[in-house]
Amino acid sequence: MSHLPVLPILILLLTAPLCLIINRASVAWLMTVSASTLALVCAWKILAQVLASGPLTYALDGWEAPFGIEYRIDLLGAWMLLIISLVGSMVALFSRQSVKHEIEPSRQVYFYIAFLLCFGALMGVVASGDMFHIFVMLEISALSSYTLIAMGRNKLALWASFQYLILGTIGATFILIGIGLIYAMTGTLNIADIAERLETVGQSRTVITAFVFLILGTLLKLALFPLHLWLPNAYTYAPSAASAFLAATATKVALYLLIRLTYTVFGTDFLPMSTLLVALGMVAVVAGSLIALSQSNLKRMFAYSSVAQIGYLVLGLGMSSQTGLTSTLIHTFNHALMKGALFMSLGAVVYRLGDVTFKELAGLGQRMPLTMAAIAIACASLLGLPGTAGFISKWYLVSAAIENGWLMLAGAILISSLATAVYVWRVIDAGYFQTAVKVERAEAPFTMLAPILLLAFANIYFGLDTSFMLMVVDGITNNLLGGGQ
Amino acid sequence: MSLMLLIPLVLPLVAAGLVLATGRYPNLRDSISIIAGLIVAATVVMIQQDYQPYSVTLAEPLPGINLAFRLDELGLIFMLVAGLLWPVTTLYAIGYMRGHGEANQTSFFAWFAVAISCTMAIALAANLFTLFLFYEALTLATWPLVAHARTDEARAGGRTYLSVLLFTSIAFLLFAIIGTWFVAGTLEFTKGGVFPVDVNTTTASLLLVLFVFGIGKAAIMPFHRWLPAAMVAPTPVSALLHAVAVVKAGVFTLLKVCVMIFGEDLLSSLEVTDILMYVAAASILFASIIAMRQDNLKKRLAYSTVSQLNYVIMGALIATGPAFVGSALQIAMHAFGKITLFFCAGAILVASHKSKVSELRGLGRTMPLTMVAFFIASLSIIGIPPTGGTWVKWYLLMGALEADAVIPMIVLMISSLLSVGYLLVIPARAFFSGDTSSGPVKEAPWPMLVAISISTAGTVLLFFYSGPFLKLATLGVSP
Repeated sequence: MSHLPVLPILILLLTAPLCLIINRASVAWLMTVSASTLALVCAWKILAQVLASGPLTYALDGWEAPFGIEYRIDLLGAWMLLIISLVGSMVALFSRQSVKHEIEPSRQVYFYIAFLLCFGALMGVVASGDMFHIFVMLEISALSSYTLIAMGRNKLALWASFQYLILGTIGATFILIGIGLIYAMTGTLNIADIAERLETVGQSRTVITAFVFLILGTLLKLALFPLHLWLPNAYTYAPSAASAFLAATATKVALYLLIRLTYTVFGTDFLPMSTLLVALGMVAVVAGSLIALSQSNLKRMFAYSSVAQIGYLVLGLGMSSQTGLTSTLIHTFNHALMKGALFMSLGAVVYRLGDVTFKELAGLGQRMPLTMAAIAIACASLLGLPGTAGFISKWYLVSAAIENGWLMLAGAILISSLATAVYVWRVIDAGYFQTAVKVERAEAPFTMLAPILLLAFANIYFGLDTSFMLMVVDGITNNLLGGGQ
Repeated sequence: MSLMLLIPLVLPLVAAGLVLATGRYPNLRDSISIIAGLIVAATVVMIQQDYQPYSVTLAEPLPGINLAFRLDELGLIFMLVAGLLWPVTTLYAIGYMRGHGEANQTSFFAWFAVAISCTMAIALAANLFTLFLFYEALTLATWPLVAHARTDEARAGGRTYLSVLLFTSIAFLLFAIIGTWFVAGTLEFTKGGVFPVDVNTTTASLLLVLFVFGIGKAAIMPFHRWLPAAMVAPTPVSALLHAVAVVKAGVFTLLKVCVMIFGEDLLSSLEVTDILMYVAAASILFASIIAMRQDNLKKRLAYSTVSQLNYVIMGALIATGPAFVGSALQIAMHAFGKITLFFCAGAILVASHKSKVSELRGLGRTMPLTMVAFFIASLSIIGIPPTGGTWVKWYLLMGALEADAVIPMIVLMISSLLSVGYLLVIPARAFFSGDTSSGPVKEAPWPMLVAISISTAGTVLLFFYSGPFLKLATLGVSP
């Protein structure tokens, strides 16, 4: 039995206590980078294996499925693993200078520990085929992300973390109640078995209650409007490296859970989920973009933009057509690229200029030309201009809307795009056309700049060459839609 | 053939890299620009001699939507113009930038080369998607050139430039392209058009409106403001980019959309075509009138460009064979004429530090060569023999006659008279009025004079040897 499926999670989770033992920030960083890179390599190998020979399964500690915990990685899981570990390794590389600047020396090691735990646990959620194990991993990642957020310099970081803690715990409790009810009805925690037995149990009241609890808990974690209240503060006040990591991965994992629950476990036609998701998604898309317009802090502005983007993801899911699902899966990857690049660039700006309001942004094109160029590319991608990754996502989303004949939906996308164009233009205008108070070139250090530019380049590359991505995503949609019937 | 096509696309980029690398040695750096320009010019001429349709697909981001290049006749016209004028302008720019003591010359020449590469890619684009990508890339690559001086004025000009061009292309052109995809199912340029015969008239009309106003680089009113704003750039930029590359990319795109996306038949069956043609005709007249009132020489030339670009739009919308030919010819003829005029404006600025029309009285005595060139180029813009511009008027008038369109004919006549008023008066006053005491002859540095002579000679040669361009234009627009 190959140990590959469990390897990336083990590496990450075991490096964390090692960091604590060594207790030196610089060594901890080196270990974090190596662990993340190894995790990325593993994720890549897992994807290659899944593509070649179908889903991988792994029984933890040798206990076979119904009794022990089973790791089960299908194409969807492998795809998510790759996304998480890609962003994770970039942020790990980026974090050194940023952490040095933003977190006091005595607590720097704890940042890396919390980061590794969060990273590993998120990977665990995706890899696991066991409901309760998913819950445990979700809680580990949540607890470590509360820690990460609380490390922010601003006093409000504590408040943001507390807010997230309360709402996150409510979400987790809901999920746990849902799992308990499901266990009561089916007598198993293994996802594949649950799906099988639910068909025979049928739509009893308990199952419906379980479903509602599970979905609500997941939507809270996903921060779908109007359950998004924890997100803007958390992203704004967290240390830059943590914002970048969480913005690009944490909600994606919640989305993964939503896909699992709706497609694999309950089936898309269980309750009128599609209508609900599309309605909520539409509201999120419009509201998120409009609220983003009036923000003066860029981190907060892009946090609200994330709220809108989560709406896009949910919209594609709600349309439950091949094209809609394709748009969601592609956008999961592309959005990680955009937000990863954006929040890391903002981190670089914080590193040099102390804050990221529009005041600091003025004249950034002269002071930090490369960082500003990365911000501009990521913004173009966010807006969905041709030639960037964002265009591909939006293209599939609009195609799906038109296929379904939902013109109102196309209208909502249009309104959101216009709002996006306005706030993106504000960024470009400030960065390139306003004069800086001090004009001196001060580009970010290399370890920050390299991952930023890499992700910015990826935003362009995946806007032009989509053959690999489309192949994987086609495989996933075939699996999900084939399994649902 | 495939390798030859790569040269105009890739060589300018390589040159840009080399220019950046050799920035410390100005002579070496400028030699690289010149040599790259000469190679590109030679290559486009060889491609023209040995012309055959050729296509290559680089990537397929979405099923059916490619990043692809294809050589066709219209594209070749554009390539010839841009390729031949690039080395000439480089020569001129070397004289200008040094003579005028401009800063940041290295980044100037590097961005210049990048812009040329984008222009070539536009000329070779095989479909609307590819064209859109490089259309936007050209906007972005020329923006640092517009804002080159980095003063507040330059930055304000750059802002207008970027915002108008990006706004029109994203708000209108992108939607027109996406709409075309959903109606026609393809974005490939195809002779005779891509829309199905039974296409909904309202949809097609809407798309045409979006295209005409979305291609902001073609400067139809009211989206022409970016062009005068771009005049804060150094004069070589105004010359090559805002008389040749950028603006011609706009009208080239529009002509291609009219000929190869809509097609003659569909265009002439739409009512909105006529309305848009009147908008273009009005733009011609208004821009000419505004040009007469400009005292700043470069601004006057810019409004003249707005007026001349709308000739192409009007010709494309008259939608008859000869009118299409006239439009295609205008891309080449106006380029040679207008670049000469800008060259002269720059030479006057460098040699006598004058930028206002009212200061030019009597300048013919100190700068005779420059003023003669200005006179000949003006003739070409107006359309008087023996200059290339004559043929444009000829074919546009024939096209209008064939379509029984009276208004375009009248507009052409009035506009010619107006351009006499705002262009020819300048050399006339320079030679025959003002300070009669003849000062010493003081011309611009020699590289600028050589460039001016070459482009002026081109203007005249195009009258006698218009054959290659005429042939390409006729082949290019025939269905």
